[in-house]
Amino acid sequence: MTKHTIVALVEDRPGVLNRVASLIRRRSFNIESIAVGHSEQPGLSRMTIVVDGATTAVEQVRKQLDKLIEVIKVTDITEGRIIARELALIKVHATPSTRSEIIQIVDIFRAKIVDVAADSMIIEATGDEEKIDSLYSLLKKFGIKELARTGRIALLRGGTVPE
Amino acid sequence: MKLNGARILCESLVKEGVEVIFGFPGGSVLPLYDVLPRYPQLRHILVRHEQGAAHAADAYARVTGKVGVCVATSGPGACNLVTGIANAHLDSSPVVAITGQVARPFIGKDAFQEIDITGITVPITKHNYLVLKADEIAMVVKEAFHIAGTGRPGPVLLDIPRDVFIEEATFEYPEKVELHGYKPTLRGHAVQIKKAAKLIAESKRPVILAGRGVIISGAYEELRGLAEKAQIPVITTLLGISSFPEDHELSLGMMGMHGTAYANLAVDGSDLIISIGMRFDDRATGRVSGFAPHAQVIHIDVDPAEIGKNVRVTVPIVGDVKNILRTLNKQLEAQKHLAWIGQVEEWRRAHPLHIDHDADKIQPQYVVSKICEVTRGNAIITTGVGQNQMWAAQHFCYRKPNSFVSSGGLGTMGFELPAAIGAKVGRPDETVWAIAGDGGFQMTIQELGTAVQDNVAVKIAILNNGYLGMVRQWQDLFYERRYVATPLSSPDFVKVAEAYGMPGIRVTDKSKVVSAIKKAMKHKGPFLIDFVVEPEENVYPMVAPGCTLAEILDDPRKKVEFKLKPRATSNL
Repeated sequence: MTKHTIVALVEDRPGVLNRVASLIRRRSFNIESIAVGHSEQPGLSRMTIVVDGATTAVEQVRKQLDKLIEVIKVTDITEGRIIARELALIKVHATPSTRSEIIQIVDIFRAKIVDVAADSMIIEATGDEEKIDSLYSLLKKFGIKELARTGRIALLRGGTVPE
Repeated sequence: MKLNGARILCESLVKEGVEVIFGFPGGSVLPLYDVLPRYPQLRHILVRHEQGAAHAADAYARVTGKVGVCVATSGPGACNLVTGIANAHLDSSPVVAITGQVARPFIGKDAFQEIDITGITVPITKHNYLVLKADEIAMVVKEAFHIAGTGRPGPVLLDIPRDVFIEEATFEYPEKVELHGYKPTLRGHAVQIKKAAKLIAESKRPVILAGRGVIISGAYEELRGLAEKAQIPVITTLLGISSFPEDHELSLGMMGMHGTAYANLAVDGSDLIISIGMRFDDRATGRVSGFAPHAQVIHIDVDPAEIGKNVRVTVPIVGDVKNILRTLNKQLEAQKHLAWIGQVEEWRRAHPLHIDHDADKIQPQYVVSKICEVTRGNAIITTGVGQNQMWAAQHFCYRKPNSFVSSGGLGTMGFELPAAIGAKVGRPDETVWAIAGDGGFQMTIQELGTAVQDNVAVKIAILNNGYLGMVRQWQDLFYERRYVATPLSSPDFVKVAEAYGMPGIRVTDKSKVVSAIKKAMKHKGPFLIDFVVEPEENVYPMVAPGCTLAEILDDPRKKVEFKLKPRATSNL
């Protein structure tokens, strides 16, 4: 498994993201994505960091993050039964003649069209990275105007809470 | 009780048992300095440059085991602390650095003397704070001292805006800290300790590698207990020097780039490494891929992130060294490793550290050995980095616990003098010698003024070779003697000292070395000796960059052919 999913529960304070980013840069850790938002606990945010295990010592990432005072808990949940999702917004070039084909692709991927303009549409898609990647590659021929991806967020399935 | 922020800070420092502050005032910290006279229990020592304040606080912390405190104003003052903070960070020294900041309305406006010092120091502090309210000060101080001084110690910076010093708030010092993200593991895992005991019992060729963690933890007795009970040679890292008495028969001195040949050969030939409070720095291990090829490794450290970072570890034990060694020692049977110790002694006899006694000029190693002789090893030695540091590490016999204060991780030239001041202030009854090079000394030479103004009786020995010696040595060995930018002209150090009001003497004659040292010792206040030494002396032995510890170069003048028997030990 080269891609590791690390979840960090951090204090929701100014500068925390800076500390985490600074540490990742300083130790030359290679990260694919980082996503941050509120957690279920007030005052705590949950960060999901995807690390390429082929180029980075994942255990060092975990341990070094854990040394930050404002990081409460860090877990590598890669080996667990996890649900991992990413949200993407894709603005694709669309003309009256291509619109229906795009809609068909969007339906197959259970994505949504959230904006339609004269010459473009915005598609909202969620799923794992591969799903987003394949949707993106199918839409490519119509002309992608803009793409925004959130990076992975992940939770362990069922009642399990990371140790 | 309502007090302003400056007084809350002072009250809090008093609560933390602070006795000394090394600092330098300025606009943003003026409200703090204004209230200092109300707190005579907080002795303030005025440095000449903020770097000196941070180094002094660092060394003070190392010799006392307490948290050292330094203060600087915003902007340039804070920036000048940076090298000192980084130094403390890399050598795990507990320092609380307090910086003034511009008043809150000016933050982010590029105001006069505004700099983002919390941003700058993120990678070189254990933690830092921008304190935005006077009523947060007490809690922040409490947390800062707790974080700095526990677990693996390190520097914590508090940045306090000018108007927060002036703002009033109710002062109440918190009883305890509650930090959910900071709970250092102090007790070693019982199962791991048991595994370690088993490995030690099975080992034929064990060595102990002792680092600064032994000193921080105060585990001198425990280390000695382990070594003696299981008859294991003890090798220290640079910063582990003085964790184990060097006149002990099991002491092999220091390992690494300029470690003793016998220590390095012992590490290379060992089948078990018990590393205690050390972190396998590259200067200690040599080429890491060829490090101790036959050895299993027990790694004891309070910082879990150090385990497995540089070398593979067989048995990791996270926790406080003293706790762990106590438990471990109880589980060990007395052992003898006669064959192994015999081999090690053979290496020791074959490759002793070398001083050229026939030379006409003063040999730097000779000076260090004479300081050791005159003080009977009963002194604290401080050094910066370079040849002077290595000779101080090699040729002084450290018998007293915690008597070597040096810039290990960062390798800071100029650490020696402010460190000596901090050490002497912290342990006024001890003799403190700063061993300096002529290059490094000029990086913090202005602290002569600090020593004089506060009559801090440090003794300074400059090993003056007219070069940036260690760089010159590398140019000698690896750049075909192209001495680019290493020849160094210096002022007359004795005159400089005298201009500051400190007596000094210049020694050019070998026969005057001992009397000069005695004279310095007799003098009540600070004293400087400028030893004019052999200009092109190199530090040996040496493990060249990219080499393993077994590929050690011995002094070419020794005429003893140094033959490596790389795997000769494996049949022991």
